[in-house]
Amino acid sequence: MSSYIIPLIITAAACYSLKKRLDVYSLLTCGAEDGLKIMLRILPNLIILLSGVYMLRASGALDMITTLLTPAFRFLGIPPETAPLVLIRPLSGSAALAVAADIMRTYGVDSQIGRTAAIMLGSTETTFYTIAVYFGAAGVKKTRWAVPAALAADLTGFVMAAVTARLF
Amino acid sequence: MALSILWTAMVAISLLFSFFAGTADAMSSAVLEGAAEAVATAVSMTGPVCLWCGICSLLDASGVSAKLSRILAPVLKRIFPEARKDTHVLQSISGCVTANFLGLGNAATPLGIQAVKRMTALQKDSSVASDGMCRFIVLCTASIQLIPSTAAALRSSMGCAAPFDILPAVWVSSIVSVSVGLGVSTLLARLEKTS
Repeated sequence: MSSYIIPLIITAAACYSLKKRLDVYSLLTCGAEDGLKIMLRILPNLIILLSGVYMLRASGALDMITTLLTPAFRFLGIPPETAPLVLIRPLSGSAALAVAADIMRTYGVDSQIGRTAAIMLGSTETTFYTIAVYFGAAGVKKTRWAVPAALAADLTGFVMAAVTARLF
Repeated sequence: MALSILWTAMVAISLLFSFFAGTADAMSSAVLEGAAEAVATAVSMTGPVCLWCGICSLLDASGVSAKLSRILAPVLKRIFPEARKDTHVLQSISGCVTANFLGLGNAATPLGIQAVKRMTALQKDSSVASDGMCRFIVLCTASIQLIPSTAAALRSSMGCAAPFDILPAVWVSSIVSVSVGLGVSTLLARLEKTS
């Protein structure tokens, strides 16, 4: 079933755009160029951050962080191996990408842990960054309960990622 | 600044830890491996990310995102009291949510800032977040996304056979986390009123 979702969206988008007499091909290539710009912005971040994450992993520090947090994560039903991702996700998007790549490489992309990491990455956002950008640009200083509410949503997302990785 | 501290902490902790664990050899080669791995990962992610950006520009140019945004409007009116007073607020909120939904990150940020700015213009003290603004933040940070393209691209770069098989799981997780976030928002708003 889910194998049809992407081809279906692609075909529908192309047919619909053609019906509206749009230049489908050049829209696709222009969009792809935007994607190239995004990746160009991500790449330097990924190089620096992944080298740091690999250092943490090889030194054994990452395993120790995981061990330390195991009781809390077991209580929440989240695989403790995803602890570094859970900690970094609300702070930085590229660091989360680097940590997720490291987790997938270490435990296997199709393992329960690897899938949980991918679902976490897809269903949560860079909370603190978003709050800083939106409220900062609008000059809002008293954020009231925006941070606790957003973090509650994040935590739910992490727990649900672990649950759905087992279910689906 | 946050990333400067984060990165420095990462390497310093690694170095300190390796003294006690005796992992210096592995660590010194790992730092270069990580840098090399980053390029390999990014290169194989580039194709899927670019393809999806191309599809997104079709969805945007053909008016699909505008349509979606109109469908969303009645729902968003219920969540945001400000959107009932000012149609511009409603427009930028639904535009931002739609852009996030379709994965148009570049379009979402300016719309989101616009939405918050317009909401601040509606109240006396513009430096205090309203209930609506806090709810909007929850809606944006909980990430409701049709296709989690970055996560899927990363999976495919790792040699995953079915990178998109996480879709149902991502949808369910997002919907539950947004609901909980909005529920907590309502709860905290009430608590603040009574205290």
